[in-house]
Amino acid sequence: MALKDLPVDECLLQGNAACPGCPATIGLRLVLKALGKKTVMVVPACCTAVIESLYPFTSFDVPVLNIAFEAAAAGASGVEASLRKQGRTDITVVAWAGDGGTYDIGLQALSGAFERETNFIYICYNNQIYSNTGIQRSGATPYAAWTTTTVGGKTEFRKEMGEIVLAHHIPYVAQTCISYPEDLYNKVIKAKSIKGPKYIEILAPCPPGWRFSMDKTVEMGRLAVETGAWALWECVNDVMTFNGKSNLLLEKKIERKPIEEWIKYQGRFSHLFKPDKDVVRLKVIEDHLERTWEYYRKMYLRK
Amino acid sequence: MGKTGSWRVFKPVLDQKKCVKCLRCWIFCPEGSIRREKDGTISIDYEYCKGCGVCANECNVKAIILEREEAKKK
Amino acid sequence: MTVMMDTGNRIAAKAAIMARPEVVAAYPITPQTTLVEAIAEYVARGQYKGEYICVESEHSAMSACIGASAAGSRTFTATSSHGLLLMHEMLHWAALARLPVVMCNINRVVGPGWNIWADENDAISQRDTGWIQFYCSSNQEIFDTVIQAFKLAEHEKVVLPVMVNLNAFILSHTSMPAEIPEQHVIDEYLGKYIPKWKIDVDNPTTFGNIIGPEYYYAVRRAMQDAQENAKQLIPQIAKEWQKISGYFHGDFFEYYHCEDAERILISMGAIGAESKVAIDNLRKKNHKIGLARLRVLRPFPKEAIVQLGKQADLIVIDRNISIGLEGALFTEVKAALYGESDAKVHGYIAGLGGKDVTYKDIETMCTNAFKGTKKEQEWYGVEA
Repeated sequence: MALKDLPVDECLLQGNAACPGCPATIGLRLVLKALGKKTVMVVPACCTAVIESLYPFTSFDVPVLNIAFEAAAAGASGVEASLRKQGRTDITVVAWAGDGGTYDIGLQALSGAFERETNFIYICYNNQIYSNTGIQRSGATPYAAWTTTTVGGKTEFRKEMGEIVLAHHIPYVAQTCISYPEDLYNKVIKAKSIKGPKYIEILAPCPPGWRFSMDKTVEMGRLAVETGAWALWECVNDVMTFNGKSNLLLEKKIERKPIEEWIKYQGRFSHLFKPDKDVVRLKVIEDHLERTWEYYRKMYLRK
Repeated sequence: MGKTGSWRVFKPVLDQKKCVKCLRCWIFCPEGSIRREKDGTISIDYEYCKGCGVCANECNVKAIILEREEAKKK
Repeated sequence: MTVMMDTGNRIAAKAAIMARPEVVAAYPITPQTTLVEAIAEYVARGQYKGEYICVESEHSAMSACIGASAAGSRTFTATSSHGLLLMHEMLHWAALARLPVVMCNINRVVGPGWNIWADENDAISQRDTGWIQFYCSSNQEIFDTVIQAFKLAEHEKVVLPVMVNLNAFILSHTSMPAEIPEQHVIDEYLGKYIPKWKIDVDNPTTFGNIIGPEYYYAVRRAMQDAQENAKQLIPQIAKEWQKISGYFHGDFFEYYHCEDAERILISMGAIGAESKVAIDNLRKKNHKIGLARLRVLRPFPKEAIVQLGKQADLIVIDRNISIGLEGALFTEVKAALYGESDAKVHGYIAGLGGKDVTYKDIETMCTNAFKGTKKEQEWYGVEA
């Protein structure tokens, strides 16, 4: 599948309230191209709720139900039941939430909807912060990152949300990134074809949140994957496959780029370089990444 | 929000002669302000382009450069 | 008609499934449990064909109801006490979203400490959410009110969620007979649910995005107007139902011996039912006293209370307390009379924490009120 084969129609309209360089809109354009017009979105409090823009206008050309912050998956369970009872099994129900509404406040509802086997796609666009409320830390914020609530740098490591979801043993779980449009698009298409709960998490590098120049959004996603800070993978009925560069890393066919290659562009890590290089914390990050990838290899490498 | 083209400080300018129609700018534009024709010809909708520069950064043949917007005349 | 001899919960469940909601989403909490368990039994027996979603919390229960209602389905749920409080955010949401969800709430004490008995603080503390609120005092009334709740909620001039309250254990777990109409009677009465709005791929709209102050203000005004419309419709709907079923439990109030009353007792729920016995006994002692059993807390029947105040002095019993002030009914009755009537209002707090309130207690409260009205609401039966 090549980029020229992707649909031309846009379900997300121009002139919306997103920041210039916003990864959520890159993700939304791709997701909606994959899903088409017979899609109902359930959107909790997050940047996208603002990107929809101000009543009486909307930037979405598919129906969107806004709902409370913690309630996306529960709302989606209700929408799905209703549509199914009305015989509208031709409609795809999608919960589209940020990492805040997924990893933290929305985790309970997500877990419940998966355990209930709600037939929907849950898509988390992860910019590793509570972006909409002004860049506070979330369970997805990486170690040492500045946020407004981790001013000296976060002292804990982020959750592996994908792995939490794997424990629900739902038919499809995937991690992707806005910098890999074919990967993202194909994963959404695959999810759409499967019955039951599906989870896709999209790494979404945020210029104001991570403090990088707004033209580098896509580049930051690529570097995240190339340094191993983010992995592309999909798990179909408990069979895990790492994708692309992430698979090469898993199989040790290539080395991870040093983490500095990714974080040196990001103001949220600038305290690791100025006034002096924080070799201690940089080593903690690298060691943790090494352990993470050894863990992935132990768990997912097929002999 | 209306015509978000007014947000721009820098404006992407495409050199059609250098463009190889790879469609990277089209797929990565956060706004969807890059148009593609059936034959892959690219154009930019300046009414809405917010001037983020992702297209210029992602173009592998440097067909898009960022130019500073002219100051608006009163 | 068939006679069903069963608990308030199970009769509420029967009414709920006869209304044919497409989606029920609920989470168990004592003493609502037997209501949702009854629905689960109907599912297992194939007698309820809707979807019963066993959610993982009450917040999710109301969220799922909101999702289902927004997608175009008639929806129902039930809860109590902490469950109601946990879904508080979503109560506001359902009302502001103008979704006609119907819910039974079993009025139960809020903790800590843990207490499962009857107390109305749970529902009364939700009276600002925009939900219409009914309070029942018999199992027949529960059945009839749940059915009427769907009619009222879905009426195009209302389109607001409706809460039907029944006291913990005294109603929820007490068996009383109720006459149940045939299914076709309910079907004809309620008809199919036609949503005022819904999320729809054939007409894509965004619901609930950012809204500026002027538009939001108008949304609030529209909700107020909807409850004003409900005030007109509640008596109509009650009379319609009387023609169909033969049962009339009052509209805003059930009046008992009020015609020549010089004092009128206002109470709700189980205390309301018990009050009738107290009224009978006081009448035997020649007291000119009647009962106006309040059935509807929202929309608040200000006009009906003014009428009561024109006729008699009032005695109010609250099974709730707004700490720092007084019971809600006491405050709201006085507010309704302000500028309209000189009637004295005597207030009691009783039955908090599930403390039993018998007809003897009610007689004592009324008799003490005859001795002279105090300005402060009295706490009846608190061991100092």
